[in-house]
Amino acid sequence: MENIPMLTILGLLPLVGALVAFGVKGRAGRNVAFGFSLLTFAVGFAVFHMSLHSDLAQTVDWIPQIGAHYALSVDGMARAMVLLTVILTPLVLAFEWNNDTPHLAAHKTPRWDVNVFGALALLVEGFALFVFMSADVLLFYLFFEGSLIPLFLMIVGWGGEKRRGAALKFLLFSLAGGLVMLVALIGVYAATSAAGNPTFLVSEIAAIEIDPRLARWLFAGFFFAFAVKAPMVPVHTWLPDTAEQATPGTSTMLVGVLDKIGTFGMIKFCLGLFGEASQWASQLVIIVAVVSIFYGAFMAITSKNLLRLVAYTSVSHFGFMVLGIFAFTITSIAGSIFYMLAHGFSSAAMFFVVGFLVNRRGSAEISDFGGVQRLAPVLAGTFLVSGLATLGLPGTANFAGEFSIMVGAFRVIPVMVFVSVIATVLAGLYVLWAYQRVFTGEPTEEVREKITDDLGGRERAIIGVLIFLLLFFGFIPRFGASVSEKTATATMSQLGIDDPVNGSIGGK
Amino acid sequence: MYPMEMEIVDPVAATGIFQFAWALIAWPLLVTAILLLAGKASNSWGHLLGVAGAVGDFVLAVVLWIQMIGTEVPNRAVKVPVTEWMTIGTMSVRADLLVDQLSILFALLVTGVGSLIFCYSIGYMAHDPNRRRFFAYLNLFIAAMLTLVLADNYALLFIGWEGVGLASYLLISFWQHRNSAALAGKKAFLVNRVGDLGLLCAMFTMFALFGSVNFNQVNHAISGAPATWITAIGIFLLVAACGKSAQVPLQSWLLDAMEGPTPVSALIHAATMVTAGVYLVVRSHAIYELTNAASLAVMVVGVVTLLAGAWVGSTKDDIKKVLAGSTMSQIGYMMLAAGIGPAGGAFAIFHLFTHGFFKANMFLGAGSVMHAMDDDTDMRHFGALRKVMPWTFGTFAMGYLAIIGIPPLAGFYSKDHIVVAAWERGPVFGVLAMIGAAITAFYMTRLMMMTFLGDKRWAEGIHPHESPAIMVGPLVVLAIGSAVLGVVLNNAIQVWLAPPTGHHPHELAWYHVPWQGWATLLLVILGVAVGYLVYRRPIAFDAPGKVNPLVYIGRNDLLADKFNHLVFVRGGGALASGIALVDDVIVDGAVRSLAGGTKGLGGVLRRTQTGYSRSYGLTMVLGAVIIAAVLILGRLG
Repeated sequence: MENIPMLTILGLLPLVGALVAFGVKGRAGRNVAFGFSLLTFAVGFAVFHMSLHSDLAQTVDWIPQIGAHYALSVDGMARAMVLLTVILTPLVLAFEWNNDTPHLAAHKTPRWDVNVFGALALLVEGFALFVFMSADVLLFYLFFEGSLIPLFLMIVGWGGEKRRGAALKFLLFSLAGGLVMLVALIGVYAATSAAGNPTFLVSEIAAIEIDPRLARWLFAGFFFAFAVKAPMVPVHTWLPDTAEQATPGTSTMLVGVLDKIGTFGMIKFCLGLFGEASQWASQLVIIVAVVSIFYGAFMAITSKNLLRLVAYTSVSHFGFMVLGIFAFTITSIAGSIFYMLAHGFSSAAMFFVVGFLVNRRGSAEISDFGGVQRLAPVLAGTFLVSGLATLGLPGTANFAGEFSIMVGAFRVIPVMVFVSVIATVLAGLYVLWAYQRVFTGEPTEEVREKITDDLGGRERAIIGVLIFLLLFFGFIPRFGASVSEKTATATMSQLGIDDPVNGSIGGK
Repeated sequence: MYPMEMEIVDPVAATGIFQFAWALIAWPLLVTAILLLAGKASNSWGHLLGVAGAVGDFVLAVVLWIQMIGTEVPNRAVKVPVTEWMTIGTMSVRADLLVDQLSILFALLVTGVGSLIFCYSIGYMAHDPNRRRFFAYLNLFIAAMLTLVLADNYALLFIGWEGVGLASYLLISFWQHRNSAALAGKKAFLVNRVGDLGLLCAMFTMFALFGSVNFNQVNHAISGAPATWITAIGIFLLVAACGKSAQVPLQSWLLDAMEGPTPVSALIHAATMVTAGVYLVVRSHAIYELTNAASLAVMVVGVVTLLAGAWVGSTKDDIKKVLAGSTMSQIGYMMLAAGIGPAGGAFAIFHLFTHGFFKANMFLGAGSVMHAMDDDTDMRHFGALRKVMPWTFGTFAMGYLAIIGIPPLAGFYSKDHIVVAAWERGPVFGVLAMIGAAITAFYMTRLMMMTFLGDKRWAEGIHPHESPAIMVGPLVVLAIGSAVLGVVLNNAIQVWLAPPTGHHPHELAWYHVPWQGWATLLLVILGVAVGYLVYRRPIAFDAPGKVNPLVYIGRNDLLADKFNHLVFVRGGGALASGIALVDDVIVDGAVRSLAGGTKGLGGVLRRTQTGYSRSYGLTMVLGAVIIAAVLILGRLG
């Protein structure tokens, strides 16, 4: 087994699947895409297991002149992200199973056939997998930028009336972030060259002493790109617009998978390569994170559109992850990684249940609903469970993540945690208020006309898988925790910070 | 009065049937899952399985109790290892159980009273199309409540704590097609979440100081912690207790919670869940013994609430809301006792136990009355029901005599201990507790007069009748409990609870009544007399429009909702709108010109509609923001 490049196979599989699905027209192509996503899931799951026992890393010289390598490896965090990606992609394809039929009244006519959607989603999956597995900064950057294109096309191709504008906004923000990162990347190369070992390999860069002043600039470059991706206030405004216009399947690939690259990158590159600079910037970053937590929560409360509401909850939740990362404790960093996984599942669940509603009603405006529980009790129940996960109820995966973040961070920044914890009440408000307006009371005539059926078998299966995962990682979080902890411990030793000991609060 | 050195009982490893204590939680959880997943297919037998959920648990609890009785006292606290929940960095939490004298008492109360209320519900919910779902939620509640009381650490307790909150939310808004029910459920959940912040912050502090949230480890380590942080933990836990137990200032949800079906009010919002705050304080007595400030805060909260609840109870015409105000008030007594110290802790649990019986009794009695009066709850439309509902009247009367504290019924003993202990701690507390007892006697007499005695004032077309046997049976059992539990448990319960509460009991003969007891009894008789004389007069069918300010304030839940609305809905709404405006114009504006073609995406300024609904969340949020601001400023200064 040792000579089989499992990681390369894992990354290439969905890309090959994408090519085939492009070629096979119509619903047959869709089926092919779904088949490939299942196959990728199987391989991804195998990789997850094998990597626990053996080192699957590969390193091949790629452009030796500049020290670029084709290097892949998976650590604990990458494992978690691989798992998330290979689970969510088939669910997204299953959700968008019939997105070629006109009954999706909420949406303009699709630009392309359903097989193209499958192919694009597989492209996003393949690129994302390579991003998570890259052990070379240049390789990471190329796939990072590459993933924008299929996602851009997914927004342009399927969704609401104003999807072109939203797609453009998404692209502009992402390109701006990417551009800044490119500059930082060149800076890294300059630094490694100056140190006599021109390289893009993460492990080698980490070993090089970079001039602190330069390192701070490089840190800022990376951080900006990741903050756009994550997304943090004030560079978040592309997300609600995109989520409102794109189909829920696209939004899931975006928020569930691609946005995780933001927090993933902060841990792997910002903390991993520029430890001193990360500590230098940490106070500011934490303040921005806390602002994001509340900003996202308040915007979610005032949202009149369910899709925008889900997007804003993510802004709030990414704020928690960043808070955990920059608190610099093993517990809070590992908690953030765990939360990345949990949030992937919970945001997917929210986008899907809202999608079920939108597909029936033809609108995501909250005021167009009311009393739906009477007409579709199963849909109501799954919305409620997904919502309870989103608000971090104990017994769901999100609680384990949020709790670890705050327990860890409290040792270092107690005041910030005292403030942030209030957001858990706001979360209760935006979830339950949305539930109340959509599902409780008596349905109006119009709602009765439009919402005629409860969830079907395919829909139940999709949401059932996600609810199972949310409860599984909620009741038995130790499976995700052990994976997250390894990366957190390694990151802390790279940072050179000792984990705080018992008896100290706020470093005292 | 009590020595400072604490006796901390270290639990021993589980043997025998104790090893299966986890089944107490697993069984009702399994029933919930079956009832929810089987769907309509289980409609015909769902309620029977539902009842089996509680009764099966009660049998197991009794078996555990018997084994505990057969164990020598030092080995009665038992640790039942179940599984590791999560270890991540320095945070490690296990899902282990602690079966000791305190938790077994709760298990018996929850499953015993629960079984009776489940039986009653078969009759009460007979015509509801969603009866199966109702029983699923009730079982979820039992599982969560037992997790709460059987947990051996604060984190697992918190999981149960939030679980009962969820069950409470689901059951209050069970008839969610009614907007008022949906609103009340959400309000309960959100106000409880504000309280939960306290428990979360307490756990953060414990992890940082001790690296653990295990009861035993915290109890051992607490004396070495800085005094400020001990007080902080005490206050945090008190905030949590206030939320769950509807204590001032987080009381406003309980009165609205009466929107739920009456068996829910009896089980969750009277007998068991709302007393979880008292449990938390008693369970944490090792912490409170080291902090006078936090203990005093507990007592103040208790005294204020016992008077506030009595005030509300004296003014409401809705029978369930009178009982809800009374619940607040009685839990106030328990909190007062819990704040007093080791002796008070045992008295608090004693009162909690007897209250569980007599209050469940009266709530179910009120449900029986509503059943007869076509779901009307307005006591102005009752009167003279004594004749047509003799069983309901007779059992209710037992609850009435018990709660006002007529010897030898249960409340006389359990409340008297609290009054005496409060007096010994400080005469102010003692006097206020006595006044509370007098008001209790007044408003409960008022309830009896308006409901069962006097002339009939029934609306047209109402033909009251006695409830079926499945509903009357539980009433009789609870009435017997209300009558005799005081005498039976008076001495035994304190001896039983001595190890977990750190109390050294004196021999308490049932006939020994201190002078404070007689004084209280005198005040109670005065309260009864006033109630009788006032409500002997004819009662109008409709509530008078103009009332004196005292009554007005009481009727409006002490103006808490109006305050919340004015300060937090308006203020919070303005804040949220402001943020929406900033997002739209400033943050997004610059980009929008770049992107082009996206105009209109941001939309216009979103004005929040004012409505009671979301007010409570915003209420609490802003309150919390202020606390946070104080904390930050305090740190700067």
